[in-house]
Amino acid sequence: MENIINLKDIVVEFEDGEKILKNINLDIKDKEFVTFLGPSGCGKTTTLRIIAGFLEPTSGDVFFDGQRINGLPPHKRNINTVFQRYALFPHLNVYENIAFGLRVKKVPEKEIVSRVGEMLEMVNLMGFEKRSVNRLSGGQQQRVAIARALVNHPKVLLLDEPLGALDLKLRKEMQIELRKIQQELELTFVYVTHDQEEALTMSDSIVVMNNGYIQQIGSPTDIYNEPVNAFVADFIGESNIINGSMPKDCVVEFTGKRFECVDKGFSPNEAVDVVIRPEDVRIIPAEKAQLTGRVESVVFKGVHYEMCVDGVDNKWIIHSTKACPVGSMVGMTVDPDDIHIMKKSEDNAL
Amino acid sequence: MKLKYFSAPYLVWMVVFIVVPLIMIVYFAFTTDNGSFTMKYISDVGQYANIFVRSIWLSLIATAICLVIAYPVAFILSRMDKHKQGTMLMIVMLPMWMNFLLRTYAWMTILGNNGIINHILNIMGFESVRLINTSGAVVLGMVYNYLPFMILPLYSVMEKIDKSLFEAADDLGCSPVSTLFRVVIPLSMPGITSGITMVFVPAISTFIISRMLGGGSNLLIGDLIEMQFLGNAYNPHLGAAISLVLMVIILVIMTVMNQFDPDEQVLM
Repeated sequence: MENIINLKDIVVEFEDGEKILKNINLDIKDKEFVTFLGPSGCGKTTTLRIIAGFLEPTSGDVFFDGQRINGLPPHKRNINTVFQRYALFPHLNVYENIAFGLRVKKVPEKEIVSRVGEMLEMVNLMGFEKRSVNRLSGGQQQRVAIARALVNHPKVLLLDEPLGALDLKLRKEMQIELRKIQQELELTFVYVTHDQEEALTMSDSIVVMNNGYIQQIGSPTDIYNEPVNAFVADFIGESNIINGSMPKDCVVEFTGKRFECVDKGFSPNEAVDVVIRPEDVRIIPAEKAQLTGRVESVVFKGVHYEMCVDGVDNKWIIHSTKACPVGSMVGMTVDPDDIHIMKKSEDNAL
Repeated sequence: MKLKYFSAPYLVWMVVFIVVPLIMIVYFAFTTDNGSFTMKYISDVGQYANIFVRSIWLSLIATAICLVIAYPVAFILSRMDKHKQGTMLMIVMLPMWMNFLLRTYAWMTILGNNGIINHILNIMGFESVRLINTSGAVVLGMVYNYLPFMILPLYSVMEKIDKSLFEAADDLGCSPVSTLFRVVIPLSMPGITSGITMVFVPAISTFIISRMLGGGSNLLIGDLIEMQFLGNAYNPHLGAAISLVLMVIILVIMTVMNQFDPDEQVLM
């Protein structure tokens, strides 16, 4: 697959010297669903605005389809955006909002009618043509915003936390719908969110960002199973992060005990972060276990119980389908496969 | 609701100071001195058609100039930093804190035959130019005095336009010029219509500005009405008839204006 967008050494620095993006390098493949994921202030929206053209990078180059597009204003880019708060035109009805981009480009009336009709059908808003956008629900406004962008047949659609304002059920429906639209139209979607579950559900590839750096790029499974550092591990799903060290390859020491693992390539006795997913910790009788602790709390989460276990040196979060009584001593074990070793460092760049 | 009793003083006020005078004007316009019905005064108004035309024409020009000046000013103002907006607004309002007469007198000394402008022209070796007592001076006085009434409603509407709408327009292919025509102007329409109302209505009925800057040759409706009530031509019946006709004209113009405003928020 060919790259449609390349970001090369992008730096964004505000007038007060604050660096928002610190050397971003990113290739986005054509027809891919890419998600920028990170906490607020990590630079994900800034990166999106650079691709859209609302913001010029302080240094670095932006390429679209192999052409350098620095300085090209948004209205000359074949990219459309779905804005965070929709930004629908309040003086126009649903039909005219969707037709806006086509009217600007002086598309013949007959073609406008058919293309807007197609869009209305796609986002399931037939019969709402004459409705004022102020009298639509949040979900409907969202659909109009998506239709208004897609009717222009952009090569790339940018979406800036578009589902943030919707309730959970609607959000889940829209996630699936957006994914379906992306696959049907074979478009490149660049999606910004801080919701890791949303990112895992929809994306072909996820770009995890923090502090103006890209932390990791990979498929949802890669990011979840093989996080490159403690930040990614912690941000994508819940994790137990424990200080440890690597005496030698495939052996890790934490909480004063040695465990077998599968990672290698660290210098002897290097300090590392040990990341273990809550669902990978198995409860076993205390007398047989290397790791023990006292159950502090048990919360029923629907599919599983979430237990907090006090293991003296650190607390453990454990997801298990069986609950242990609060106050009881339990033993814990983790398979070597499920012990993830990561280099120590907070915001290391790739 | 008990709350409606709070509006009672206002209702009394409206009846005493708005409804009663209005009825009196209508009564005076259609009666003679001895109280019998007549259409004479209303038909007499026709003699002053040229003054009506001049008044409407000059106020329309002044309103148009105000709109052209105020629109970019209000737009720039609405896009400034919040704290700068306060300072700039104060500068716009500043002339309004001075007495209306005083402001207009100031223009007399600037435009006069021996005024500041002609003085400077003479020094530079040019002939004096007649500036005062022209219709241009009247329009200038109107624009100067009523400009803030155009800027403020425009500013308050534009300030509420979400910045992301401009980005959305840009994103959907609009150049800055087409964003102006497709987004900014339609969304600021309520401000445009109320600004026009706020300038046009006082401009068409003014008499101080035309008296002081227009001399005797640029009589406006306001002067005509004043002459019927306070001047030598004393004739309250004719004055009432002229006022009534002027009111109907303004009402018609405002109704036409309303057609351009989707929300019909214009003050009548």
